[in-house]
Amino acid sequence: MSTGTTGNKALNGVGNYIDDRFHVAEGLKRNLKKVFPDHWSFMLGEIALYSFIILLLTGVFLTLFFNPSMQDVVYHGAYSKLNGMKMSQAYESTLKISFDVRGGLLIRQIHHWAAVIMFASMLVHMLRVFFTGAFRKPREINWVIGVVMLTLVMVEGLFGYSLPDDLLSGMGLRIFEGVLLSIPVVGTYLQMFLFGGEFPGHDIIPRLYSLHILLIPGILLALVGAHFMILWHQKHTQWPGKGRTDQNVIGGPMYPAFMAKTGAYFFFTFGVIGLLSTFAQINPIWLYGPFTPTSISAGSQPDFYMGFLEGVLRIFPAWEFTIAGHYTVTLSVLIPALLILGAIFTVLGVYPFVEAWITGDKQEHHVLDRPRNNATRTAFGAFGITVYGLFWLCGSNDILAEKLDISLYSTTWFFRVAIFVLPVLMFIAVRRICLGLQRRDREMLAHGYESGIIKRLPSGEFIEVHKPVSEEIRAHVEGKKVIPALPGGESDANGVPAPGSKGPLGKLRRRLNRAYVENDISLSGIESHGDGHGGHEELESHGERERELTRD
Amino acid sequence: MTDDNEKNTGGAEPNGTGNGSGNGHGGRRPRRVIGTPAPAESHRLLSQEREHEEEPDIERAGIHPRPEKSARRAEKIVALFFTLAFLAGIAFIVAYWVLGVHSPEKTRISNIGLGATLTIALLAIACGAVVWVRRIMPEYEVVQERHPLNSTPEEKKAFAKYFYSNADDSGFTKRPLLRRTMMLAMAPLGLLPIVLLRDTGPMPKNKLRHTVWKTGTRLVIDGTNAPIKASEFDSPGGIITVIPEGYEDNLDELAKATVLLIKMRPEELELPADKQNWTVDGIIAYSKICTHVGCPAALYEQQTHHILCPCHQSTFDARKAAKVIFGPAGHPLPMLPITTDAEGYLVAQSDFHEPVGPSFWERGSVKS
Repeated sequence: MSTGTTGNKALNGVGNYIDDRFHVAEGLKRNLKKVFPDHWSFMLGEIALYSFIILLLTGVFLTLFFNPSMQDVVYHGAYSKLNGMKMSQAYESTLKISFDVRGGLLIRQIHHWAAVIMFASMLVHMLRVFFTGAFRKPREINWVIGVVMLTLVMVEGLFGYSLPDDLLSGMGLRIFEGVLLSIPVVGTYLQMFLFGGEFPGHDIIPRLYSLHILLIPGILLALVGAHFMILWHQKHTQWPGKGRTDQNVIGGPMYPAFMAKTGAYFFFTFGVIGLLSTFAQINPIWLYGPFTPTSISAGSQPDFYMGFLEGVLRIFPAWEFTIAGHYTVTLSVLIPALLILGAIFTVLGVYPFVEAWITGDKQEHHVLDRPRNNATRTAFGAFGITVYGLFWLCGSNDILAEKLDISLYSTTWFFRVAIFVLPVLMFIAVRRICLGLQRRDREMLAHGYESGIIKRLPSGEFIEVHKPVSEEIRAHVEGKKVIPALPGGESDANGVPAPGSKGPLGKLRRRLNRAYVENDISLSGIESHGDGHGGHEELESHGERERELTRD
Repeated sequence: MTDDNEKNTGGAEPNGTGNGSGNGHGGRRPRRVIGTPAPAESHRLLSQEREHEEEPDIERAGIHPRPEKSARRAEKIVALFFTLAFLAGIAFIVAYWVLGVHSPEKTRISNIGLGATLTIALLAIACGAVVWVRRIMPEYEVVQERHPLNSTPEEKKAFAKYFYSNADDSGFTKRPLLRRTMMLAMAPLGLLPIVLLRDTGPMPKNKLRHTVWKTGTRLVIDGTNAPIKASEFDSPGGIITVIPEGYEDNLDELAKATVLLIKMRPEELELPADKQNWTVDGIIAYSKICTHVGCPAALYEQQTHHILCPCHQSTFDARKAAKVIFGPAGHPLPMLPITTDAEGYLVAQSDFHEPVGPSFWERGSVKS
């Protein structure tokens, strides 16, 4: 059907009806024409968005059958192995969802898998934004919203998997109780108020339930809306490339191309989560049994997004002291569970502002950095990944010890040392690699790329022919911006100190800035020497390359 | 093209593409006449013809149509995927009615049936849409200008002037008494939500310092609830979980009062002087609740007499009053003094002499 310019009669009728009331034609057209740059890495956040939608849909279904009560019942149902056992109604109704509601198990597993995928995709999306510098002005606030959402999703996940009141999740709540108790002065009060008395009590599951299905999703929904509206208003960032500047955006329009793509992406996300939920069992609570504070299974593991917290708790030394004989400070819980966790999220939240302070960069950025082109930032990101990764691995140190057949205590000691050593090594190595890649880019711009064609010179020497890079690649590579350095020196020629360099803070800033921009190079305006066909020329340029590299 | 461009060109071209509403401000009343028959254009099915006709149109810059031949083939593929999705969706509904549940095995089959059909339906729609986008929809490389996000200094100045002069008019800035009492009025309201949380739980008082163990409370085996005689628990290296008689179903109390009972050869014990009579013939009782964050310290190594908490691997030496020998726990597992009653059953001498479980602020230094 070709609709031409006048379109479909019925649709026009609806359109007119709406426009007569809201005056939307012009604005809607502008928004439908909004251009979205095209790159696979720009779709990572959408996996999180779609997982969230799937969570909302499946969550509503689960509430129809779940009973968030800690009242004791004796089980008689489809899972005969637990017949006659005492359990809470929360656990019983979860068993019912799993074995007595058609599609219940599938929806439960979709809900759980979607939660895991949501957090994972948020992490990866955050790393993409970090390593490409997409958090820079004007997008710092959206970054902070993202960090808040990440925290909330973690808490939401913890509360969610605590609801079935099985042995595994109950132990998670027990640890949560222990963490609350470690808080100085108010810890015992917080614990009593949250649990409605002593652990486990009868209140915690209904309370977590209302937080899990109402308060936190509500806040998340609002933040997702804000995140998306800011993105819409500011337009998406783009990779450097031919014709791409900070003043434009090149890509496909929202309607129809992006709409169809992102729609397909929703179905892909849902489809993959469906596939996992069909064939990869997750959280089989009937195997864990109902919660009792007297028992535990060895090798208990939380969901992966809580793993790093579990890891910090495991490797922290047993520091505990008493003030004046009356008040106990449990550093071995307080520091890992609250301070380190808080520090990680704080560093994430303030990073854009700290980086802008160090570089003094107040420009708007809409063209992304290639990760190699901001060596210090990328190295710091690698540092962070290493810290997180080590903590996370350590959360499974008992499994590692068993599978690798090494002593449990050795794994703990390995992580205790590694957490100080490996991130630093990673920082240094990644920084070097980035700078090396920058130099290789410069060389490629100057002398072309290695074509793989070997030529023999009259003198008998073999050389590889270099070919000039294509216009597109040249534009992409030349998109590197030089990281701004603060004005150097204590003071200028007249003895006036450079602005912002006074005082200890100013000195620190300048020192950080120097370290940050050290060895950074410019890739713009590099002439291509020779076309790579003349052998002699080639040799000369090789010689020149040596000089260029040593000049740094 | 810019959003602004949009307006200009839209108005200038009488034969704008795609719609008739982009006519700038003056033409808000739709020029299209609703209900009139579509012009002959709609009968022209060959899109190439249309593209040719609209070549000079600035709106279509950066839009590269796909070759019609390949698009026609792609349409068939898309249709195939969408049909597959339809069939899978129907199959899901059929599976829902045909495959029952109410037993683990049936549930497993139902899960696979429903999950597989749902997955196929979703992925088929996704695949169809991708083929549609990549082979039928044009390839887009549209350039759109960004506009500066910040306002011009004049706009900012105008806003500030408006804002401050109206603040002055309202009296908020000029009348401190009004301003301060208003903020005063708000302050308690802000506190109310916190105050209202008070009744969510009792005060801690000394609840965490005591358990239900009393002089003469019998130790019963967790699970069977049977009391246990010292003479029956006689194989060294043995370990069982015991709970106080009468509280077998009270999870709140068990969360504190659960005890590990370990049998050793008496000569293996190295207890401090004040605890030596807390055992019965090499039978020793420790709180099972880990002093780190409260997991049951349930693993026991017979040769070394080490108690290990599986959560964070705090390790306690059962021979030496559960001294911490590894891991994050800050102090030993409290020891329950036990003895036997007249019938030979194991009973508590008293409650624990210190709080069990994780440390808390008010715990203080307790001799252990």
